[in-house]
Amino acid sequence: MEQLWSLMPIFFEGFRVTLLLLVVSGVLALVLGTVIAAMRISPVPALRGFAAVWTEIARNTPLTLVFFFTAFVLPMLGVRAPYILLAFIALTYYTSPFVAEALRSGINGVPIGQAEAARSIGLGFGQTVSLVVLPQAFRMTIPPLINVFIALTKNTSVAGGFFVVELFATTRQLANDNGNIVIPILLTAAVLYLVITVPLGFVAARLEKRWVVKR
Amino acid sequence: MTGTSVLFDAPGPRARRVSLILSIVSLVAILGLVVWVGMLLAAPRESGGITLPGMFDPSRWNIFADPQVWTSIGRGVVATLQAAAVAAVGAIILGIVFSLMRSSSIAWVRIPTAWLLEFLRGMPVLLMMLFILLVASTGAFWAVVIALVLYNGTLIGEILRAGLAALPRGQREAALSVGMREFQSKMLVEFPQAFRQMLPIIVAQLVVLLKDTSLGYIVGYNEIIRNNMNNLGSFYGNRYMFSLFAVTLVIYLVINLTLSWFARWLSRRTASGGGRKRKTADPMNPAALLEAEARADEADRAAANRGLGKYDGTGR
Repeated sequence: MEQLWSLMPIFFEGFRVTLLLLVVSGVLALVLGTVIAAMRISPVPALRGFAAVWTEIARNTPLTLVFFFTAFVLPMLGVRAPYILLAFIALTYYTSPFVAEALRSGINGVPIGQAEAARSIGLGFGQTVSLVVLPQAFRMTIPPLINVFIALTKNTSVAGGFFVVELFATTRQLANDNGNIVIPILLTAAVLYLVITVPLGFVAARLEKRWVVKR
Repeated sequence: MTGTSVLFDAPGPRARRVSLILSIVSLVAILGLVVWVGMLLAAPRESGGITLPGMFDPSRWNIFADPQVWTSIGRGVVATLQAAAVAAVGAIILGIVFSLMRSSSIAWVRIPTAWLLEFLRGMPVLLMMLFILLVASTGAFWAVVIALVLYNGTLIGEILRAGLAALPRGQREAALSVGMREFQSKMLVEFPQAFRQMLPIIVAQLVVLLKDTSLGYIVGYNEIIRNNMNNLGSFYGNRYMFSLFAVTLVIYLVINLTLSWFARWLSRRTASGGGRKRKTADPMNPAALLEAEARADEADRAAANRGLGKYDGTGR
């Protein structure tokens, strides 16, 4: 127990990097995903097509392969950047289509009469979307968005396999160094992940339950 | 998808022209970006005084003329599919067990199961793989498979529970009234229907499972990425890294896109054949699972409010 206790500072350092990965990639993915979602519903066919192709390809590529690209192939092509920056890129790219889809499902969930009413009183595309549809879509997208961030939290662990010393990499190192307390070390790491994911999941389920009734 | 057309007018001649111009401009911009990246890749590069050929130079691709390379790549593909197939079967079986336990009428079974599911869902699959690898020392294949079975089993369990909750109550009542036992009604009447209803979401989950076998790369299982990039990559040298990566990416995209389209096709088919009015949600959408779960919880709560126990009170 004392041995495990003495490892806590190392755990928290890893946990800090995991949180950093989560927050930075989360914000970037939210921005990129919103842009993709906006393209997806835009009146310009070329943008719609681009967004659809982006979504399909990014969603069907394994995250490990994306990380492989940023951690090995990009440096080979001459990109020099710290690994954590490359991890941000990989996680943002991988998460963006899920954000876009969550937003789009919220927009599609707004009853069509709302948009029709807005159109019939003479609002244009921009006004309809920004004043009528998005404010209503927003609350419906929160539970799926939280779910996307839960998945992102778990996905940050993949960065641990590609030179970023976050919680997973820390855990693996500690488990290798302290062969006598492998199980407590792994359980500690699990608890640290659960500290992020379980409360988020609880909030998402509560919100979804409340709103699914109203629909 | 259908909601978009109402957002803007049927375009008149001027709007059509503007839209066409915008379309062409963005198309040119996107194509320009693609060509620029392509040229960047194709350009020969200087490295420490030596000039290396560009990425599309034949000298970087000539290994693919060798059938032995393809045999080797095939081994990686088979390894991935093998892990995915075993894990998929296991996950569906475990999912059925979990959904039965989670909707059991005995609180002593139901509540610990709910906690267990919450625990398994909140953990990264990678950590589970490491756990199994280090604690049970099963070898990489079983570490990958067991972790994927546990993780996807919980999700499929929740999906099936949502499917069970969405069935009309009459199905179960009819089964019980012709003399079936609880368990018989579940297995012979309710599950087949719930399974069919939820099949598109389950297939979508299996695509995720297939993608997650790539985590085997990190724990040392020779699946496609490790096989192509580490084994073949170190055998043929750094020069082929880009081409091997491109081939790996294409293989993954072909497999996953086929499965995704299959899931959508299933969803369309079940939606039109089911006869029940249901919005055909995209099964690949992450929101689909969440919504199904919320509906299941709500159905449970509604049943409790009617003064009927869990599922009609027959189980008490």
